[in-house]
Amino acid sequence: MSLLKLDNVTIRFGGLVAVDSVNLTVEKGEILSLIGPNGAGKSTMFNLITGIYTPTEGTISFNGKQISGNKTHTIAAAGIGRTFQNIRLFAEQSVLDNVLIGAHTRGTWDLTGSLMKLAPWVRKEEGELTEWAIECLKQVDLAHRAYEMAVNLPYGEQRRLEIARALALKPDLILLDEPAAGMNPQEKQVLLEMVKKIRATGVTVFLVEHDMKFVMGLSDRIAVLDYGVKIAEGKPEDIRTNPQVIEAYLGKGAVH
Amino acid sequence: MGALQSIVAMVDPYVLQILVNIGIAIVLALGLNVITGITGQLSLGHAAFMSIGAFTSALITIKLGLPFGLNLLLSGIIAAAIGAAIGYPILRLTGDYLAICTLGFAEIVKVVFLNLDITNRALGLTVPPPKSPIPMPFYVWGVAILSIVFVCFMKESRFGRALKAIRDDEIAAEAMGINITRYKIQSFAIGSFLAGVGGGLYAHFLNYINPSDFGFLKSVDILSMMVLGGLGSIAGTVFGASVLAAAPEFLRFMAQYRMLVYGGLLVFMMVFRPNGLLGGVNFTDLVLRAIGRKPATAEINERHNKG
Ligand SMILES: Nc1ncnc2c1ncn2[C@@H]1O[C@H](COP(=O)(O)OP(=O)(O)O)[C@@H](O)[C@H]1O
Ligand SMILES: [Mg+2]
Repeated sequence: MSLLKLDNVTIRFGGLVAVDSVNLTVEKGEILSLIGPNGAGKSTMFNLITGIYTPTEGTISFNGKQISGNKTHTIAAAGIGRTFQNIRLFAEQSVLDNVLIGAHTRGTWDLTGSLMKLAPWVRKEEGELTEWAIECLKQVDLAHRAYEMAVNLPYGEQRRLEIARALALKPDLILLDEPAAGMNPQEKQVLLEMVKKIRATGVTVFLVEHDMKFVMGLSDRIAVLDYGVKIAEGKPEDIRTNPQVIEAYLGKGAVH
Repeated sequence: MGALQSIVAMVDPYVLQILVNIGIAIVLALGLNVITGITGQLSLGHAAFMSIGAFTSALITIKLGLPFGLNLLLSGIIAAAIGAAIGYPILRLTGDYLAICTLGFAEIVKVVFLNLDITNRALGLTVPPPKSPIPMPFYVWGVAILSIVFVCFMKESRFGRALKAIRDDEIAAEAMGINITRYKIQSFAIGSFLAGVGGGLYAHFLNYINPSDFGFLKSVDILSMMVLGGLGSIAGTVFGASVLAAAPEFLRFMAQYRMLVYGGLLVFMMVFRPNGLLGGVNFTDLVLRAIGRKPATAEINERHNKG
């Protein structure tokens, strides 16, 4: 059984078909990349999976259960973590608090926990959550920044912090929307190794990225989106030479 | 209890009155701080929940004569229940729309109290003394201190983190698995609870309440206290409530211009100190430094640079 399955998924915004009858599966344990020109509908696809948008047609299922139509927070709690193309950190809060918020679904004490904040059982959970958050920060090499304010981190570290925050949810599947955007080549290489390690811990990775070197070096499979339509899917070496893909990127006439 | 009475008797009644005003203001402003400062939902109708608490509490004393502690608890719970009920539909709105709805709701509450026989319509209610052996000033400050401790705890717990996440970015908060509707309603209920308790204290301290005491200007009063000290900052709220609750006593000669001053103050703060006078000051760090212990930041940096 596939971990994630998009079944004939379409979304229209007025007259615009942003995602058009897409069938796609993400298999457990793989790194799948989604590429395509700007405005192809990649981020929209992530928003559909995470319930920020509801498909006009088609269904999305995760671990065999339909999730399309569910609220965003229940989809997250079911085990899908994500980052955003336009970084959406809790800017004025500490790095650690950002990750602790990511760990929200790992905790149980709620309002009653606030009333009993000093009770050993509440402090125990807080301690465990903090340890876990630091663990997640270590995965992206940011533990030493734990008590800095998120907004004060350099751009590349903010992107990594978003990944740590998503990992704190202990997701089965993590969606990364242009994780390498704005990074220099060295930072990209470091990130590539981090994503590989994350996959090695058993997290399935589905990412959107423009940098071809990054995508080719990392992905098990690649899917290509153009004007909302999936035009190709396959191994990196097949995608690299696929005439339709080259045409979508370089325009008609580029292929002889 | 006799000891408490004699302490109260020793203090100048005028000073005592200012102290009690400050204590009540702290409870009210902390309630608004939970809703607006910590959760980011702008409410312009906080005085409505205060009035619900005030009238409930007055009626409980008049009709049922329950002990004051139980009375305040019930008044708070009723204000919280109404807060949750009204919050359910309106907390889907954001920003200006939410603010306008809370404003409209507050006016409706006022009109309802002005027309209810049980609250004596426009004549208002005379409130008998509370049924409690503890003198009012101690009661007020006991409640104020409990409120401060509770909000401090809440802010730094899992529950409070969820509220702050909603304030900073609703979409990101949802993507972290936070049920934003539920948390917004709970936050609104907690803020209304504190407003209701504050209203109950107010009613029994003044011995007389009238629906028109709880209009828009009262809500702006409370809002100004929070903005002065700093949205979301608890120390700031205590500071703002203390200054603005005491100020009218010292500025009696210009009483009719008070709202003018508050309006100017709000504009000044928004422009020059949007985080409040005490916003952004980390008191835990300051205290730790003052007593010669390293703040948490330094400690974790050391721990992880070694390892
Ligand atoms: N909420 C929305 N309302 C209207 N149009 C939208 C909305 N979200 C995305 N779109 C449109 O859908 C198309 C795909 O956008 P997007 O998914 O962001 O592309 P990308 O592949 O670059 O991530 C764009 O034309 C965009 O303008
Ligand atoms: Mg995009």
